[in-house]
Amino acid sequence: MTFYSLLWWVFAALAFGGGIGMVAGRTPVASLLSLVLTLFSTGVIFILLGAHFIGVVQVIVYAGAIMVLFLFVIMLLNLGHDYQPDLRRAGWIAGASVACGVLAWLIMRTFTHETTLVASGGGMTAAQAVEQHGAVGAVAMPMFNEYVVGFELTSLLLLAAIIGAIVLAKRRI
Amino acid sequence: MHDLGALSDTAFLIASTIKVLVAFVVTLVVVAMWTLAERRFSAFIQDRLGPNRVGPFGLLQPAADGLKNLLKEESSPGEAAKFYFMLAPMLAIAPAFLLMAVIPWAAPLPTPWGLVDMVIADVPIGILFILAFSSLGVYGLFLAGWSSNNKYAFLGGLRASAQMVSYEVSLGLSLIPVFMLVGNVTLTETVWVQQEGLGIWFAFPLGLAFFLFVIASFAETNRLPFDMPEAEAELVAGYHSEYSSMKFSMFMIGEYAHLLTQSALMATLFFGGWDIPFWQGDDMRVIAPGVVEGAEPAWWKSLLTFFAFAAKTLFFAFVFIWVRWTLPRFRYDQIMDLGWKALLPTSLAFIMLMAASILVLDTLGLPFGLGYGLILTAVNLVAMVLFFWVLDNDRILAGASARREVERRPSEDEAVVVEEPEEPAVPTGAGV
Repeated sequence: MTFYSLLWWVFAALAFGGGIGMVAGRTPVASLLSLVLTLFSTGVIFILLGAHFIGVVQVIVYAGAIMVLFLFVIMLLNLGHDYQPDLRRAGWIAGASVACGVLAWLIMRTFTHETTLVASGGGMTAAQAVEQHGAVGAVAMPMFNEYVVGFELTSLLLLAAIIGAIVLAKRRI
Repeated sequence: MHDLGALSDTAFLIASTIKVLVAFVVTLVVVAMWTLAERRFSAFIQDRLGPNRVGPFGLLQPAADGLKNLLKEESSPGEAAKFYFMLAPMLAIAPAFLLMAVIPWAAPLPTPWGLVDMVIADVPIGILFILAFSSLGVYGLFLAGWSSNNKYAFLGGLRASAQMVSYEVSLGLSLIPVFMLVGNVTLTETVWVQQEGLGIWFAFPLGLAFFLFVIASFAETNRLPFDMPEAEAELVAGYHSEYSSMKFSMFMIGEYAHLLTQSALMATLFFGGWDIPFWQGDDMRVIAPGVVEGAEPAWWKSLLTFFAFAAKTLFFAFVFIWVRWTLPRFRYDQIMDLGWKALLPTSLAFIMLMAASILVLDTLGLPFGLGYGLILTAVNLVAMVLFFWVLDNDRILAGASARREVERRPSEDEAVVVEEPEEPAVPTGAGV
């Protein structure tokens, strides 16, 4: 076992444990911290796969920014101390079986299908793209060349969502 | 081009271990001395003596403080969430130390075993790594506030998370012009472009970005004038009210280590890192393991550039102390206004301005060099004058006292008092 695969196993286990902790956590804060652990470990796994930019953006955006906003809501509503679980036994069983089914399907697919990481734009692999354009350029090149329309439309959609949220929260601006 | 040979795997492992240990110990020692420097400088500014009893000039004061904190009884609040209460100081201290790993300290050092980079890990994502880990630092503060089960600590944690989220945006956006000039995000490349590519420190062509970065750094590290999470006049001691002995000390060490990283970043991103100004002899970069482009590496060059880096970093460390003992604390809503209504639009506008300038200069076919940098400096000078002119007239940031000053001013002028007879003029000496 190389050092890299050891790291992979450690962080995969952490991500898995964080996922379970997130569902089973007894307080919202405990769930949130487990989710942060999962997102951080996923970021590390991305980096181990050579996708440095995606990995670090995962940490900046999800673990660092969005989770802090969640935290903020939890603290503002003071959900920290008295808390009733909202999943009953039947709900637990149904949710767990759906999750296990999806997981089993994914594992089966991973072992039966041969896949390679191919970045679009000249059919280069991710490693070749990183070598040619740098860690950020490898993502930026296809994003601003091939997929620029989709990218801009997505940002428009997000802008619309932000304006919608403001309108909903504040009737009179 | 100089090929000095790459390190073998074993040598690389040994060199990295030594670098990690040295960086860790140096950071700890600087942090310890910094607490002393802070107290001595504050004493100087406030015309006091400061701690000068322990050892010569009080130099052993940090050791005495450390010993005191280690030997002190540890108290733990009865209603606290124990696990998270223990976890919080660790989460506060770990990211601050990790950040040191990606900052280059000096020119590469030639050794008999090959060329040693004077940076622990020159990661391809450079500055983004720093943004990622400094954004994780907030969990320590928040968790401390939440798990203490104390309303002052809770408010401190709440303020910490609000403030760090707000200013992280401007912090990240103020760095985008740097990325645009460097064309990459690694810190070694940033130093090289300032040395050789552009030939001018980014503080000049990107002065406004530097200014925004400094303000956001103060807010991000919860330093005065932005230390709302631990405002002692309002919140006892904020998020670490309930902590004592070494756990409290860990928050302090984490805070100062974060400050040290921010100082080192200011030096690296905007003041040339380990570059010695007006001297071409240290302009070099590693293009492959063991292969150097530019000047020839030498051990004395590494030493000199390290001193240059240390001098710049310690200067910014001093600025942090200087500002803390000069400016009063902001009000909470003023901090939020400054972050969202002043810094965020300014940094967005500055990105557009710099992108447009770079596009125009590239279209005109100007070579990337000193002239390019000087034109950007001129553009930037205009932007800065505009920015300060807007900020400096109480248009965006008017303190309560400034507003009172404006209201009072007409009453001193008799012509205005006549126009508004319903408001009686304040008699002088009434002690308003």
